[in-house]
Amino acid sequence: MSQIENTAPADPAPIPFEPLKQTNSVVTEATWVRWLLIAIGVAFLSLFLMLPLLSVFVEALRKGFGPFFDAFSDSDTIAAIKLTLLAAAIAVPLNLVFGLCAAWAITKFEFRGKQLLITLIDLPFSVSPVVAGLIYVLIFGAQGWAQPWFGDHVGKVLFAVPGIVLATIFVTFPFIARELIPLMQEQGTEDEQAALSLGATGWQTFTRVTLPNIKWGLLYGVLLCNARAMGEFGAVSVVSGHIRGLTNTMPLHIEILYNEYEFVAAFAVASLLAMLAMVTLAAKSFLEWRYADQLAASRRH
Amino acid sequence: MSATATLPARRPTKRAIPGLGPTLGFSLFYLGLIVLIPLAGVFFKASGLGVSGIWHVITSERVLAALRLSFGAALIAALINVVFGSIVAWVFVRYDFVGKRLFDAFIDLPFALPTAVAGIALTALYSPNGWIGSLVEPLGIKIAYTPLGVIVAMTFIGLPFIVRTVEPVLREVDRDLEEAAATLGAWRWQTVVRVIAPAVFPSVVTGFALAFARAVGEYGSVIFIAGNFPLVSEIAPLLIIIKLEEFDYQGATAVAATMLVISFVLLLIVNLLQAWVRKRS
Repeated sequence: MSQIENTAPADPAPIPFEPLKQTNSVVTEATWVRWLLIAIGVAFLSLFLMLPLLSVFVEALRKGFGPFFDAFSDSDTIAAIKLTLLAAAIAVPLNLVFGLCAAWAITKFEFRGKQLLITLIDLPFSVSPVVAGLIYVLIFGAQGWAQPWFGDHVGKVLFAVPGIVLATIFVTFPFIARELIPLMQEQGTEDEQAALSLGATGWQTFTRVTLPNIKWGLLYGVLLCNARAMGEFGAVSVVSGHIRGLTNTMPLHIEILYNEYEFVAAFAVASLLAMLAMVTLAAKSFLEWRYADQLAASRRH
Repeated sequence: MSATATLPARRPTKRAIPGLGPTLGFSLFYLGLIVLIPLAGVFFKASGLGVSGIWHVITSERVLAALRLSFGAALIAALINVVFGSIVAWVFVRYDFVGKRLFDAFIDLPFALPTAVAGIALTALYSPNGWIGSLVEPLGIKIAYTPLGVIVAMTFIGLPFIVRTVEPVLREVDRDLEEAAATLGAWRWQTVVRVIAPAVFPSVVTGFALAFARAVGEYGSVIFIAGNFPLVSEIAPLLIIIKLEEFDYQGATAVAATMLVISFVLLLIVNLLQAWVRKRS
């Protein structure tokens, strides 16, 4: 600051008053109020968000790195990790295709009942995960109405991998669609219409015009969808049957280890999922910071 | 004139953009198969019980206690979040401080962190030998394995809903209005209450409803810290699971249908509220 003043030519007519400073502005609070509010906010967030996250890693490493890594050599743990990856690998792409289809139909066309469709897509968010599991028990359970046919033609759904995948799809159903719909609504249809009028086919328009426009929003939705798919507990818990090594996902395996007082192992597996959550948050923050203009402005989360 | 006459009459194409049929068709098919038909199954099954049957199940002492706890704790947790979530949103929008970016990124932690992980972490913190539990135990306060623990877990899970709904609205509040209020002689506190609060109020209500709805159905983060004592700290979703394990499918369905109806009504209120706010602005 002083350097600039020194190098600047001497001001012929110095300003007779100091430039206005915002410190005593009427549209902000007294300093002590500001610091008090910041302190309350930071204390609340530390207590409710930072501390639980920190405690996962502290508990996992309570007995050092040896027992921590031992937890991952257990064959049931490895099976749980594999099953979690498998369920996410099926659920996320299916919901991705659905999200793209639903967003395309809703944002590029006008039809009756559109608002209802959007509300219905959001439905799984307002259903308790346990109820989400229950609905598949009612269908595929021992007394379920679809079980006689499925049992004969497809195989076991409940207490098996297909049930877990179904429950995962249900709870992650809206993530990608609800990320894409507001984004594609903002972008309108001009780009697509230009491409089509220049002779592009529908598919070319989608892959070369629409997809590049929405890629960051799409990635954002996939990240959130994947985090929830790998972490889902309630819904999967109802349909899994908790068969160790066969139908246990990582969150279910954490519960079993915890209830068997194997705290280090439970928190070690939990720390893997916590790291996934942190990577998700980091990627999400990066996308919001770097590509804010290419994400939907009106996101609820 | 003659030139235009030779051109074939241009019929407006019905739709410039292709793909409505397959995309909408697949969307409806997938939505129906995964969400609507299975959900309808709950009501179909519940209807087999009849109103009196459902009433009989949900008015049993244990179910009533569980519903009361789920809805009561969710209400308290959502109110806690309204207070502190609004403060957090305010601090994020209006002030600058070290680490703001980090805290901002972590607001979404309850969305990203699997509920079971949150559940065991909160239990470890608030149990009598945990970091926080051991601090409050000398005061005679027990948090883990009591309804208080349920409230703590539900507060954790609902926090982002309030912050993320209020934050963008608060950012849009017109500073000119605040200056106008100040020049007209309003104290800062009066400006906050009379100018800013009405503007953000609808978003606070929306956030409250979302946090409440989420907390009512929450399972994973609650069951570890709750202790699950019947009549005391047993939440409604857990009761559904217990009834399922006892092969009491009808009882489980009755509780589930009750929770679904209440959630749908909440969802409807939120949507109507948002539509009303959109219309007003």
